[in-house]
Parts: sequence; C-alpha cells; structure tokens
Amino acid sequence: MTRGRRAVAIVGVVLLAGGLAWGASGLYDFGHYHALYGKIVARDAVPDRSATNSVVVTAFDYRAFDTLGEEFILFVAVVGVAVLLRRLRGESGRDEDEVAEEDRRASESTRWIGMALVGPLVVLTAYIVVHGHLTPGGGFQGGVILMGAVAFVAVGGESLVLLHLRRTSSWVEMSESAGAAGFAMLGFGGLIGAGAFFQNFIANGTSGLLTGGFIPLANIAVGLEVGGALMMVISEFFDQRLHGQAT
Amino acid sequence: MNGLLALLLTLVAVVGTLAVAVREPVRQTIAVGILGLLLSMLFFALQAPDVALSEIVVGSLAIPLMLLLAIAKIREQQKPAEGEPGDAHPGEAEK
Repeated sequence: MTRGRRAVAIVGVVLLAGGLAWGASGLYDFGHYHALYGKIVARDAVPDRSATNSVVVTAFDYRAFDTLGEEFILFVAVVGVAVLLRRLRGESGRDEDEVAEEDRRASESTRWIGMALVGPLVVLTAYIVVHGHLTPGGGFQGGVILMGAVAFVAVGGESLVLLHLRRTSSWVEMSESAGAAGFAMLGFGGLIGAGAFFQNFIANGTSGLLTGGFIPLANIAVGLEVGGALMMVISEFFDQRLHGQAT
Repeated sequence: MNGLLALLLTLVAVVGTLAVAVREPVRQTIAVGILGLLLSMLFFALQAPDVALSEIVVGSLAIPLMLLLAIAKIREQQKPAEGEPGDAHPGEAEK
C-alpha cells in the first residue's frame, strides 16, 4: 500500500518537475518584459486619462469589467462567511464581561499603541483611496488598510465596542452593498453617458485630484465595498468569541 | 538581478519552507505572517507598490489574525472535551 502510494507520488513529482523545467526553459530573462499589451498601457495610460497610476487606470478603467467580477466574488464570499458563522448564533453564549476581561489581559502598552494607531490608519485609508489614481494604492488597498484599523481596535482591547456598533446599526452591510452597487452603477453610467459598459464618461481633467474621469469614483466605491466586506468578516470572527462552547 | 532581490528571494524561500516545516499551529501562523511581510518587501523591490500595499496588510495582518482567532476557537472547544467527556453543560464546566 505504502509502496504504491510512493510510486504514485514519485511519478507525480517527476511529471511536475519536468513540466516546470520545460515551461521555465522558454521564458525570457529575469526583468525582460516582452508582452505588447503592457507596453501599450505603460505608454498610453498616463496621457490618455491624465492619471499617473497606470495600474489603477488599467484595473478600474480599461479592465473595469474584470474588477466588477472580482468585486462580486468578494461580495459573495463575505455573504457566505456571514451565513456560515451566523448559524451558531444563539446556541450558547458567553458573558460579555468575560470576554471584556480577556481583552484587558493585554499589556497596557499594547492597548495604548493599538488604540493610538486607529486614527492615523483611518486617515491613511482615506488618503490611499482618494489618491489611488495618482499614487500607488486604490480602493482595494484602502479597504484592506481599513480592516487593519478595525483589527487594531480589537488589539487595543475594545473588540466589544466593535460588536455593539455592528449589532446596533447596519453601516457595515450598507457600506459593502453601496460600494458594490456603486461600482456597477458606474458601468451603467458608461452605458448611458458614453455608449459602452464601463466606458469612461467623465471628463479626464488636467492635473491634481480630479483627473482620470470616473476612476476616483470607482476607487471610492471599491474602497467602501472592500472595507465593508472585510470589516464584516473580522467582526463575525470576533463575534465568535462570544459563543463560548458552541457544540 | 541585484543583491537586494537575491537576498529577498532567498529569504522568501527559506521562510516559506519554514512555514511548511513548523508543525505547531500558532508558530506556523507567525511564520506565515513573516512570509507575508517578506513577500510585500519583494513586491516593492520589484517595483509593484500597489501589490505590496495589499500584500502587507492581507499577508501579515489579515491571514494571521483569522488563523489565530480560528485556532483560539478550536482550542476553546477542545478544552472541555478533554476535561470531562460527556458533560451535558460544557459552558458551566469552565466556571
């Protein structure tokens, strides 16, 4: 039995190694890029849209339809996580005081640093999202950093504050849905304003923040969606701590 | 390929192997976090700051955080099972 398994493994490894070697042998040298599409984008994106980050111009303008698909994948994945974890709700509960007590076990300095970093991270999120079309960053990066801010609230020993916020209002879901819908609406805006789905329908501008047509709007929509989605996942995970031994 | 890239690629290979070789879940999580940090430095050195920004938060914060929370949850559920198997009120056993 073990022998048969080993034979299968050896055949698999040899085939994989051979395939990798064969595939890698025909590649260009390290750092030598030859595909045409990337060169065209690198040359034309900046003059074409007045926005300086050609990565974001590609993701949110030339290839906005792909981004829409990715966004909906994230949306569905988060809904799946929420549904899966919510099934446990109300089965057995732990005292909130108990969890708060656990939170306070973190050292004083950890909690102070955690809480002190929340504000700067939120500001950084806004900066990254709004300047996405000019400097490295964009909606996705901003949304992920916002999740970092939420994680620091928990590191700071205030995860219960998050849960109360989450339960008493639906701003996280609102943000997620509004972001997803907003990005899709930009596509329809292109359909109405310029004749094709996700055609850039806003004037490009010349320099500064208001360039790139609808790219800043797309960044904000995606930032809301990703930020909301990841905050939902994180708060669901923290929420699990309140369900003591759910069996 | 310059020295910085060679160093980062080697470090990624070493830490990536470590993350697989370490068998204790919490330590493995830390190794994965360090791997995320190294990967983001590698992306930055390869002039892909957009990807590096995503990787630094997802790889070194989001994934370790979720793994740690999941590990904590699993251990919490295992605790009463080891102490008193067949306890009708596992929530009470903790107090």
